[in-house]
Amino acid sequence: MDAISVLTALGGGVLIGGAASGLLFLNGRIAGISGIVGGLLPPQRGEGFWRLAFVLGLLVGGVLLLRTYPAAFPTFQAPSLARLAAAGLLVGFGTGLSNGCTSGHGVCGLARRSLRSLVATITFMGTGALTVYVVNHVLRGNFR
Amino acid sequence: MRLISAFVLGVVFALGLGFAGMTQPAKIINFLDVAGHWDPTLAFVMGGAVAVSFGLFPVILKRRTPVLGERFVLPEKKQVDAKLVVGAGLFGIGWGLSGYCPGPAVVSLATGTWPVLVFVTSMAAGLSIGRRFR
Repeated sequence: MDAISVLTALGGGVLIGGAASGLLFLNGRIAGISGIVGGLLPPQRGEGFWRLAFVLGLLVGGVLLLRTYPAAFPTFQAPSLARLAAAGLLVGFGTGLSNGCTSGHGVCGLARRSLRSLVATITFMGTGALTVYVVNHVLRGNFR
Repeated sequence: MRLISAFVLGVVFALGLGFAGMTQPAKIINFLDVAGHWDPTLAFVMGGAVAVSFGLFPVILKRRTPVLGERFVLPEKKQVDAKLVVGAGLFGIGWGLSGYCPGPAVVSLATGTWPVLVFVTSMAAGLSIGRRFR
């Protein structure tokens, strides 16, 4: 950890918090990605277009990053596709069941002083840390 | 107008995630690895984001309506229940296994690589199932 990585982390965080505040101020909506994407599966009548526009913005932002700051994305070998598929199911099912993810519960829920979001954030941080502990220090690379 | 604002804010949100390092799964895993090579920089991402939203949300919610809409659409549930805790717990396990949460995974689709495509496809399947049980 150095001063530059702390500053880019803070700056990135400010952009995330700013975009979430902007979506509440202008559109009256919570910038929770699992909720925005989930609301498109399937799309509800007259409700889907702002969600599509936001998701399209995320994708265009991804392309801009790829063009101007490719270091944002990994170049190394990812975990096995089987592990990623299982992880994707857990992330999708879990955020669907608990109505939110890092953005909805973490950034927006805490800002609304929501007890549910505080409990959710502590819980996913906790099980995330526990999972990494088991993978890195109990299974020690025997699990890809 | 509402579509333009949603689109532009989606772009800003994605750039924030990218600059913050959230689209680097290895960085997420190092942040969660408190017993190993702990990398605390992502705490500054959450800190920066929540500092802004925590300060602005109450001011925004004093308005009667959003600028471009008829009403604020906010979560109605107040009760902490088993579904919340179990769901968040499962999400954390998937997050720790992959280093991806939903926002960065969607942004990373821009790379068009198999790991991200597989993750997002199975996340979408999980989401549509999970939302039926909520």
